[in-house]
Amino acid sequence: MEPLSNKRKVVDNKPLNFLERAYLPAILQGLAITMKHFFRKPVTISYPEEKREFSENFRGMHSLKRDEDGKERCTACGLCALSCPAEAITMIAAERQPGEENLYREEKYAAVYEINMLRCIFCGLCEEACPKEAIYLDGDIVPADYLRKDFIYGKDKLVEAPLNQ
Amino acid sequence: MELADIIVKFVLVFIIFAISLVIAMYSTYAERKVAAFFQDRIGPNRAGPWGILQPLADGGKMFLKEEIIPTNASGFLFIVGPSLAIMTACIGSAVIPWGQKLTIGSHVIDLQVADINVGILYVFGVVSLGVYGVMIGGWASNNKYSLLGAIRAASQNISYEISMGLSIIALLMVTGTLSLREIAEQQHSWHWNVLYQPIGFILFLVCAFAETNRTPFDLPECETELVGGYHTEYSSMKLGFYLFAEYINMFISSAVMVTLYWGGYNYPGMDWMAAHTGPALAPLIGVGVMFLKIFLFIFFFMWVRWTIPRFRYDQLMDLGWKVLIPIAIANIVVTGIVITLINR
Repeated sequence: MEPLSNKRKVVDNKPLNFLERAYLPAILQGLAITMKHFFRKPVTISYPEEKREFSENFRGMHSLKRDEDGKERCTACGLCALSCPAEAITMIAAERQPGEENLYREEKYAAVYEINMLRCIFCGLCEEACPKEAIYLDGDIVPADYLRKDFIYGKDKLVEAPLNQ
Repeated sequence: MELADIIVKFVLVFIIFAISLVIAMYSTYAERKVAAFFQDRIGPNRAGPWGILQPLADGGKMFLKEEIIPTNASGFLFIVGPSLAIMTACIGSAVIPWGQKLTIGSHVIDLQVADINVGILYVFGVVSLGVYGVMIGGWASNNKYSLLGAIRAASQNISYEISMGLSIIALLMVTGTLSLREIAEQQHSWHWNVLYQPIGFILFLVCAFAETNRTPFDLPECETELVGGYHTEYSSMKLGFYLFAEYINMFISSAVMVTLYWGGYNYPGMDWMAAHTGPALAPLIGVGVMFLKIFLFIFFFMWVRWTIPRFRYDQLMDLGWKVLIPIAIANIVVTGIVITLINR
């Protein structure tokens, strides 16, 4: 049968000639190749000091967004928790009290909002599920830590910094 | 011998000892850095600027590690092994001429610890002793991997010592002396022995790789087959001694190769340099040249390590017995014929 791809190569079983059996030319060739790499720019970087640029649709750490007046957008509907395949999100909803209108946009808000970063698989389904555009995975890589409990991020770490006015 | 001479010798011994230890220390750093460059990486750069304090950090780590002596190990031999390894590595430097005689005022200082007339034989004796450290260490560990590593080391070193000795014989026929000082002096300016004995040099180089247990001949400690080889059971500074001994061996064998084949402290244009800088400075420049050559050889050791994969054991023995020894003998015969024809 005719070969379908051009990748077929007939194996050459000729016995090695003298130069090939002497090894040294092949070793010199190898030395030349490694020497070429010696002067090549390293492909690695010193990570924490230097960082590679993320692609535009990179999904990193979550942040809970505020609207243009600095109010938290999240209304604790629970759709993100429901959509989460890793069950990383938990929240406790609370009712907005009079006088808190400048803090929360809707009448209901998340009193506790926790994401377990060890469970999260950074799929981005929470950000797709959110009807209020309140959660985005637009942060950095989640930093390392020593204890499991420190990977459960609460609102203190997730909510965007308040607007400065 | 005057008292002043003895003091000078002691200072020289101390300096050479210190230099070999420092070079061995920084060879570990250089190895990691060179390995990184060959693999398109950056290499250790955390301890100090560019990571130059890395050897100190490694040494500190080695000292602070737990000292483990296996229950079934032979306690005395277990300690003798690494001590012997590092001792034989260190005493090899005694006969190497580091430079021409240094003249300061009326004092003439010989930049060589011992100018003995059997210099090469001494080096050979020390090199053959080196295998005892590995063998005793592997035997005393009472571990099959260690024992296998030790057996490999012993058979490999003995096999390659033969072709090393034979390659040297051809060199001795050219030089006519066993004293390393005289051999170095004969290679004045550019008359390096490598030009007269290229095959002999390649043989010696291959054997030197085998004797120092460097890749591609690092079978005594190949991780993929023997865990850690002869030093599997070693921890703490005893392991450090073994690793250190390897790097000192590398340094000493580079120095021997430079002295025997690559002109030692000689370089083209040394007479002009001697005439223009005086009898005190010119030998020091020679010492610098010698160390430059040694560093190039150490770099070459590392370069080869990241180029050639390890030999299989039967290939190793084939190369030693069926290839290198016949070539070495042929080299002796050809050298003899050429010398006879020239002297006729």
